[in-house]
Amino acid sequence: MTLDLLYAETEEELRSAVRSLLADRCDSATVLARAETGHPHDPALWETLATGIGAAGLLVPEKLGGQGASHREAAVVLEELGRAVAPVPFLTSSVLATEILLGCDTPESAELLRELASGSRICAPALPLTLAPGAPLPAALRDSGEGTLSGSVTSVADAVAADVLLVLADTGLYAVPAASAELTAQVPLDLTRPLATVTLREAAGIRLADPATARAAVAGALLTGAGLLASEQLGLAEWCLTETVRHVRGRHQFNRPVGSFQALKHRLARLWLDVASARAAARAAADALATGAPDAPLTVAVAQAYCSGVAVRAAEECVQLHGGIGMTWEHPAHLYLKRAKADSLALGTTGHHRGLVADFAELPAP
Amino acid sequence: MTRSTVTAEELSNRVRDLLAAHPPATTDRTDFLRARFDAGLAWVHYPEGLGGLGAPRTLQAVVDAELEAAGAPDNDPRRIGIGLGMAAPTILAYGTEEQKRRFLRPLWIGEEVWCQLFSEPGAGSDLAALATRAVLDEAAGEWVVDGQKVWTSSAHTARWGILIARTDPALPKHQGITYFLCDMHAPGVEVRPLRQITGEAEFNEVFLTGVRIPDAQRLGAVGEGWAVARTTLMNERVSIGGMRIPREGGMIAPVAATWRERPELRTHALHQRLLELWVEAEVARLTGERLRQQLVAGQPGPEGSGMKLTFARLNQEISGLEVELLAEEGLAYDDWTMRRPEGVDFTGREAGYRYLRAKGNSIEGGTSEILLNIVAERVLGLPPEPRDDKDLPWKDLAR
Ligand SMILES: Cc1cc2nc3c(=O)[nH]c(=O)nc-3n(C[C@H](O)[C@H](O)[C@H](O)COP(=O)(O)OP(=O)(O)OC[C@H]3O[C@@H](n4cnc5c(N)ncnc54)[C@H](O)[C@@H]3O)c2cc1C
Repeated sequence: MTLDLLYAETEEELRSAVRSLLADRCDSATVLARAETGHPHDPALWETLATGIGAAGLLVPEKLGGQGASHREAAVVLEELGRAVAPVPFLTSSVLATEILLGCDTPESAELLRELASGSRICAPALPLTLAPGAPLPAALRDSGEGTLSGSVTSVADAVAADVLLVLADTGLYAVPAASAELTAQVPLDLTRPLATVTLREAAGIRLADPATARAAVAGALLTGAGLLASEQLGLAEWCLTETVRHVRGRHQFNRPVGSFQALKHRLARLWLDVASARAAARAAADALATGAPDAPLTVAVAQAYCSGVAVRAAEECVQLHGGIGMTWEHPAHLYLKRAKADSLALGTTGHHRGLVADFAELPAP
Repeated sequence: MTRSTVTAEELSNRVRDLLAAHPPATTDRTDFLRARFDAGLAWVHYPEGLGGLGAPRTLQAVVDAELEAAGAPDNDPRRIGIGLGMAAPTILAYGTEEQKRRFLRPLWIGEEVWCQLFSEPGAGSDLAALATRAVLDEAAGEWVVDGQKVWTSSAHTARWGILIARTDPALPKHQGITYFLCDMHAPGVEVRPLRQITGEAEFNEVFLTGVRIPDAQRLGAVGEGWAVARTTLMNERVSIGGMRIPREGGMIAPVAATWRERPELRTHALHQRLLELWVEAEVARLTGERLRQQLVAGQPGPEGSGMKLTFARLNQEISGLEVELLAEEGLAYDDWTMRRPEGVDFTGREAGYRYLRAKGNSIEGGTSEILLNIVAERVLGLPPEPRDDKDLPWKDLAR
């Protein structure tokens, strides 16, 4: 089977809608100003993205009020969100939580999906952001009977924006109102994706799935999340490359643009090649997920093993080649570096995904 | 080239007719290739009468796949790569009708091998600095060529060479150059093997002394040779685009096979490097596939200029890893005999050979440094470095 690695016309239309919204409402000065308040999320921006453009329901079937689109479209949205380091809960609510709920297939989960698609609620999985596909699932939360849940999970992304938390406990999967959880904000490396410790003390939840279904749903969501994260990393890397090229063309030292020095030209040409390759890898993952290709897990692992490094390198080059400006708080380069580095830990590190490649490609360790 | 209406289905019919008239099992190889050329199925995007049908280039894959499935002989592209990849597109773009008819058929069939007489001892990356002279003998209607070429692959098997020479030293270096088709059997052409890093001699030195080239074998106008040469160079770099490789095809295949078959060789450090390179090889494959899909969709991307860079680096790193993985066996080399191979054969030899031959991947056809300059300037729009040789007459340049 051949993967379709191009962008369809409808995907390009979706891209330009998202891009122009973000250009209007999510420029880097705005992102930085919000991050400084400690509350990076912009509810009004999310509302427009979620309902105006329909991004929140992309992966939700039409019969539940969603767009019934595929992972390919979600990937395009993530490219744009990465390009803008946009502080919105798309990855957590519209991808991870949505995929978990799709894996539950109960009236309660269907109801929640409807609310996510309409943008009236935001949902975050109460799982550490570092949790990777193929890794053992945590069992930190316990059910003391009849859906009263206790325990705590750290590094939960976007929990502070969520109305509902999806809680994986020993007895299954539960929807818990965020209001009945204790959220302790953590100081995040990535200022645009807040983290919190979620603590439940005999909190009441609605059961959505039995333990086996719950685990399968979470495992599937982690695979999808990892595959689509590659597109966020691609968009981020692309912004860094474009901005850096712009800068070195205009910045003069030694009586010529610094971008005319071959040492820099070669570094940027290599980075361009890496970004072009990351695009192929990220598109392959999105398409393999969309079509349910049998080797999707391998394609996702390849994309993650490759794209994380490219995003980090692009952001690091961006800081370095901007010189002193790149080290300032005012210039947005740091927002990208922080997101890129945090993304490289999210949903499995490069090393973890290489290990998965070893399994799938049958290249065993010694 | 004009778009035509030839469809995949019509091509399939033509392939079927060709196979029916010339069953591969009972037809002589050369006869089959001639018939294939005359049926327009050699390179389908070429014009009718010249081995093609003016069909979209992407349909070639359909033809190749069907002929391969039928067990048809191929024209050994590894042996005639320079002719196919560089000489042919340049002759097609700049040749007279007579030149196209004379040269393209034997070139494609492989009856006539071509070589590229571009590089000189004093002109490699700075190719336009070349010093080989061609002076017109007006009475005879012939050019008289003197000079030396170097690193010339296949010159020892070649019947023809594409040659660039200086015809006006008083002009700036890019302007005084003319492009010729050189008969390698002409008096005054001397080919000497140049032994290389692998022990064999794939390339040669070529000495040109009073070589007479009829004006009818000039390609393009006098003094326009640089523009013609650019067509050749562009085609040299883009020859990857249409190719499709399976997952784990290419250089990574023998290393992965050794890894699976020989558990005693495995170490943790090698495992990490193998996985890293396996992932990069897979991403390079996907990038090539994406490029191919862009071409099919009529939206060619600039990725092509980068693919040669990627493959050069990967081939070198992967073959280096392979030698290390083989441990004691990696200390051995298969054969240092000076052979005169007809083409490059990466798979027919052992790891040490692959390691050494791959070193040429970042030099031949434009070095990686030069390709990075091209990407930086043409794709990213970064400014060129200041230079002072552009407007000076060639004869006044420091050498
Ligand atoms: C296996 C093989 C087969 C070949 N076959 C043929 C053939 O069939 N026909 C033919 O005509 N030629 C052939 N070549 C020649 C090849 O095209 C040249 O070797 C190549 O273009 C480099 O030129 P050079 O060797 O003179 O190196 P130089 O140009 O002297 O370069 C030396 C080093 O300096 C670097 N350099 C040079 N200029 C710059 C710059 N502006 N910026 C940064 N770095 C620079 C180069 O990248 C290289 O690392 C072959 C070469 C090899 C290795």
